[in-house]
Amino acid sequence: MRMRRYYFKEHNFNMKGDLWGLVRLPAPGESWFTPVSERYKRKVIRDMTMMVVGRPARSCNFLQWRDLKIKDRRYASLYFCVGMESEDNELLTLEVLHRYVEMLDKYFGNVCELDLIFNFEKAYYILDEFLMGGEVLETSKIDIGVAIEDADVLQETLEEYMSKPTY
Amino acid sequence: MSDVVERTLTALPSLLSSDPSPGRPSSTSKLGTLIRGITELTSKHDEEKLIQRELVSIKEQVSSPNTTMRQMKELMVRAVYCEMLGYEASFSYIHAIKLAQQGTALDKRVGYLAVSLFLNESHELLLLLVNTVLKDLQSTNLIEVCMALTVVGQVFPKDMIPAILPMVEEKLNHPKEIIRRKAVLALYKFYLIAPNQVQHIHSKFRKALCDKDPGVMSASLHIYLEMVTEKPESYKDLVVSFVTILKQVVGGKLPIDFNYHSVPAPWLQIQLLRILSLLGKNDRSTSEMMYEVLDESLRRAEMNHNITYAILFECVKTIYTIHPKAELLEKAAKCIGNFVLSPKINLKYLGLKALTYVVQQDANLALQHQMTIIECLDHSDLIIKRETLELLFRITNGQNVKVIVEKLLEFLRHSKDDYVTIDLGGKVTELAEKYAPDNSWFIRTMNTVFLLVGDQMQPDIPNSFLRLLSEGFESAEEDQQLRLLAVDSYVSLLQEQPARLPQRFLQVISWVLGEYSSVKEGLEPATVLRLLAPLLDLRHCSSETKSWVLAAMTKLSAGPACLSVAQELAERHGGSLDTTLRQKLHELQHLASDAELLRRVLPCSDGLESLEVDSSLSFLDGFVSEALAAGAAPYKPPHQRQEELAQEKALSVEPYGLSLPLSLSSSSIAGRLSPTVLSMSSGLSGNSTELSPKGGALRLEGVTRVWGKEGYLAKAALKPEEAAKTEVPCTLSVLQEGGSAPRTPVVSLPAPAPGPSLQAEREKQQLASCLFVGLGSQGAAGPCLMGKAEPTRHGFRKKVKGQGSSSGAREPSGDSASSSHSPSPLSAQSAMDNLLCSSPLDSGSTPSPADSAPSPADSAPSLADSATSPVDPAPHLPHDLPANNRPCDAQEDLTEDTDTSETVVEGNSVAVVDPYDPESLCLSPHLPEELCGLPRSEFRPLCRDASLVLSACCVRTDHSSLLVVFVSNASDSAARGFALQMTSGDLEVSRVRGGPEEEEEHVEGHSVAVYQYSLVPTRPSVHMELAGRASYQRPDGEPQSTPFSYGLSLPDFIRPLSVSTEEYGRLWLASSNDTKQNLALLSQEPDPLRATLHRLRDRLQLNVVDIIASEGIVACQLLQGPPCLMHCRLNAGCLAVWLRSSLPELPDCLLYHCQRALAQH
Repeated sequence: MRMRRYYFKEHNFNMKGDLWGLVRLPAPGESWFTPVSERYKRKVIRDMTMMVVGRPARSCNFLQWRDLKIKDRRYASLYFCVGMESEDNELLTLEVLHRYVEMLDKYFGNVCELDLIFNFEKAYYILDEFLMGGEVLETSKIDIGVAIEDADVLQETLEEYMSKPTY
Repeated sequence: MSDVVERTLTALPSLLSSDPSPGRPSSTSKLGTLIRGITELTSKHDEEKLIQRELVSIKEQVSSPNTTMRQMKELMVRAVYCEMLGYEASFSYIHAIKLAQQGTALDKRVGYLAVSLFLNESHELLLLLVNTVLKDLQSTNLIEVCMALTVVGQVFPKDMIPAILPMVEEKLNHPKEIIRRKAVLALYKFYLIAPNQVQHIHSKFRKALCDKDPGVMSASLHIYLEMVTEKPESYKDLVVSFVTILKQVVGGKLPIDFNYHSVPAPWLQIQLLRILSLLGKNDRSTSEMMYEVLDESLRRAEMNHNITYAILFECVKTIYTIHPKAELLEKAAKCIGNFVLSPKINLKYLGLKALTYVVQQDANLALQHQMTIIECLDHSDLIIKRETLELLFRITNGQNVKVIVEKLLEFLRHSKDDYVTIDLGGKVTELAEKYAPDNSWFIRTMNTVFLLVGDQMQPDIPNSFLRLLSEGFESAEEDQQLRLLAVDSYVSLLQEQPARLPQRFLQVISWVLGEYSSVKEGLEPATVLRLLAPLLDLRHCSSETKSWVLAAMTKLSAGPACLSVAQELAERHGGSLDTTLRQKLHELQHLASDAELLRRVLPCSDGLESLEVDSSLSFLDGFVSEALAAGAAPYKPPHQRQEELAQEKALSVEPYGLSLPLSLSSSSIAGRLSPTVLSMSSGLSGNSTELSPKGGALRLEGVTRVWGKEGYLAKAALKPEEAAKTEVPCTLSVLQEGGSAPRTPVVSLPAPAPGPSLQAEREKQQLASCLFVGLGSQGAAGPCLMGKAEPTRHGFRKKVKGQGSSSGAREPSGDSASSSHSPSPLSAQSAMDNLLCSSPLDSGSTPSPADSAPSPADSAPSLADSATSPVDPAPHLPHDLPANNRPCDAQEDLTEDTDTSETVVEGNSVAVVDPYDPESLCLSPHLPEELCGLPRSEFRPLCRDASLVLSACCVRTDHSSLLVVFVSNASDSAARGFALQMTSGDLEVSRVRGGPEEEEEHVEGHSVAVYQYSLVPTRPSVHMELAGRASYQRPDGEPQSTPFSYGLSLPDFIRPLSVSTEEYGRLWLASSNDTKQNLALLSQEPDPLRATLHRLRDRLQLNVVDIIASEGIVACQLLQGPPCLMHCRLNAGCLAVWLRSSLPELPDCLLYHCQRALAQH
């Protein structure tokens, strides 16, 4: 699972569907695992949004943008996208997205768009626990759920948690 | 999942107004208010105003001293949100760092998050973070350690890694697995951004691999994947472990936590499969170890879920990469079949991708699925279409090229994406050049490419096209025909709609017309001129294109008719603001009116007279060294770059040879053609060049020989072909009625289901037979299917390639050295004469490999001697003369000499030296007497210009390192006012002695002046660079200045330190800055420890103080600096060394050189 050259992005957009709406209300979350320039980031995001949203239904989950492959998965109105090198395993990447969504779901109860908008920083924490440097760090959703929840309570109890076994 | 989200979506308005469930914090918070505010706005402009207002208020609050950390946290979140919307909030960066530094655990978390989102790896504020990270790493609070490790894995400045590296390493032994896991991944990140920093902890990676926690183990696999990719051969011993791990994982031995949709640890499995495929590539015995587990993986992964497909795909890839085994290949092929035939579009895509990957090894697989592939060609999904085209591109051969190129062009016509267009354009060009069946097809195809790809085209495409035209192929007749066809088609293009042609195409057209319009009989130059003239009026025509057009016109302008056109043009464009254009017009006018002059300036020829070109580009040396001094990267030849690039694209390159670009240094160029870069294959094209026209079939035979022991391949291949053969008579007639067939002779497969869609079905099959013709494994089958046995044409590139190899001697390859330097007896003789009479300047013109260096036999012992007994000034004087004479004795020694002298260079200094450099030939007599017996490095050329040649060598005395610069003046006149300036960041440079005439400072003609500089390192580093500039006045009084640089390495400044064992003990206790590492042992020697230490002594001038049993102590000293002590112990087959020095950098640098000294023989 290597996304190290590129980035991970969860993208959410307004159902108004017009372009302006897209730009205006992203509850954007994006993580870049490789240093790239700001300009490049903006370009990727703009192009990717157009491509992902503009695709006909029931087509492939993979897209090619220049030399990077974009995998996207749609959950209702939320689009989760990952861009990665072409040598990587596409299906596995899709499952990374799915696992991430499962984790969000586990943490927020029934996750919805608004949870992510209003608590975007939490979504980031979960992502940080899940992926590090573009590689899957933790594949067990129980663990991450516990880690995040516990970080929310007080510090002392945290230490207690950390000293109990994770498996 | 999705229905949940949809449900919440419908409830959106109510959610916005009321607070959601208590567990979910705050849409009523300030962030909530902000977000709601933005949602309610109706225009971008309003949003901008709102955010700006918000930012102003955030700014006010963050800088107020009364803000608590808790408030700060909230403010940070809002600032992050604004930044994500694309509004700059740079004022908050510093506060984010502050928050990370000062807050409690939870505030810290926000601070770290904000930092990782705000700053990129090169941001200068990151330096402020280092301290915080250090502090948190030492914290007893596990959460803080976790956060620090996380941020290290996200953004961390590269040059600060050493500061925290020991701390992170320490965490590898932490009792909590989550910390260990994060530490491993942090090290992985370090490995990616600065691989040399973590080289010494390889043993710890092994420990991580053996960790009892599977999570830590799987994290370490990331590092191993990287390392194995880089150097598979050094990890072969781990294959057994990897296979065992995979067996356990597949067998479900891991804790159930690691299951994902009841598949055991899929991420881990895929990682392992990938590593195994790298290790088993081209290695039979290694591959044999993994057959069983691969089989097991294939068998287990039968559940119907994406994740199992992912594993299957990886298995298939591995099976096709490692040494083949028929049984597994059969299963893998079946697997690919399932993918391709799957109704799920994602799986179909993967199937195509796998087919593309394996098709060159096993073309029959493509044959089996030809109908599916045809269907995919018309698929509505673009990415499926593209992948199919990629597949077709790989299976192209001389017989199906027309159809495939037609398909590619069709896609190209509808493509809107620039990137795709350029890529495909390159591919079509490549196929056309390689497999073109005839000239007119080639010209037509190229015209289409030029039209479709337009101006974004890679510049090498038109260049190589023009080159092809001008250099031609086998027969002059064909060349003329090709040119004629080109001229014909361009004339008709210009007559139609010149305005719509892209710039590059216009340039090509005008060049071809300028050169070759005379080929066509009856085409008057004046007519061509009139065709070209309107191009100058086009508004979108760039001035570059106009220059091409005018150049073409100038070539053609003969006769009165042309003169009138020229004058007409001059009148129309004479007032143009473009001065180049005006100049060219002027020239045109002149040449048109003076036929004699025209003939002299532009001699009319058939374009193949050779121009002598200085392909070494020696006149650019000054420029190059200046650029290098200014920090430019050294030049790498294109094929090297290509290789490096290709190595990164692991998937595409593996099984196939790389297509080397053609030689760039061809010494003869044709006619008036400006020679430019030859066509370099575009994109993935490098992979397909192996399929030469008839090689398509031949190569497959080779493949079956390796694999097809069981014969299943042959059987599978036969089926469609046999079917085709039996059906030939009837289907052919059907096709002729249909009339929609291209002009290639086609055959069709039997239609399986007659019905209303019969016609469509037939078209498809007919297409299939066109596409897959020539793919069968029987060499003869292809031509038979075609109906007539068409002789396979040689591709257009052939000729060019041949030329490339004929000029191969100029390529910077190994044999070039041997060929150009194998001297005739005569030159060796003259070299000897020169040496004997020791006239250094004459020898400059004699390219003889004579000596360049003392032979290793001479230099190595002398180094050793001086190292061990510094008092004794080298009793056997390694003066160069005896070495110089050696090559004269026996010529066959020459090649041997080359190799050995180069190793010496590596041992002593960094830069690669041309051992044949004539300048270094006879410098040793000029070495000052007092330095003669001392160990010294090669003479290395620094720079040269017309009259002066600078060379240098580094001489080691006991108490100093001297750089001796030789200035040889080869011209007749003196170089006045000569001055040398040298600077270096790592070295203190001071002048010791000047040239012979110190007060005058000029270098007489035909003499050598010697300058000496003493070098003292200011701080130790592995390599040190010395930049300098030589300036003087040329005889004509003009000042001249040439920059140069000289590389030195640490051993030049290391001196043995003679101490007794007791003193050593005292020094050891007094030093700090420990560094420990394991070094390779020279284990083949009878006494490995002694041999290893002596090697170090000889190479690096260390003093071996004592060797007791399995331990040894070694001491050395940095020149005019502190000592460095080394304690060595034999430990489990390697040498465990422990270094101490009062200078922190010294042990590291020394270790590096120790490794190098032990690595080379």
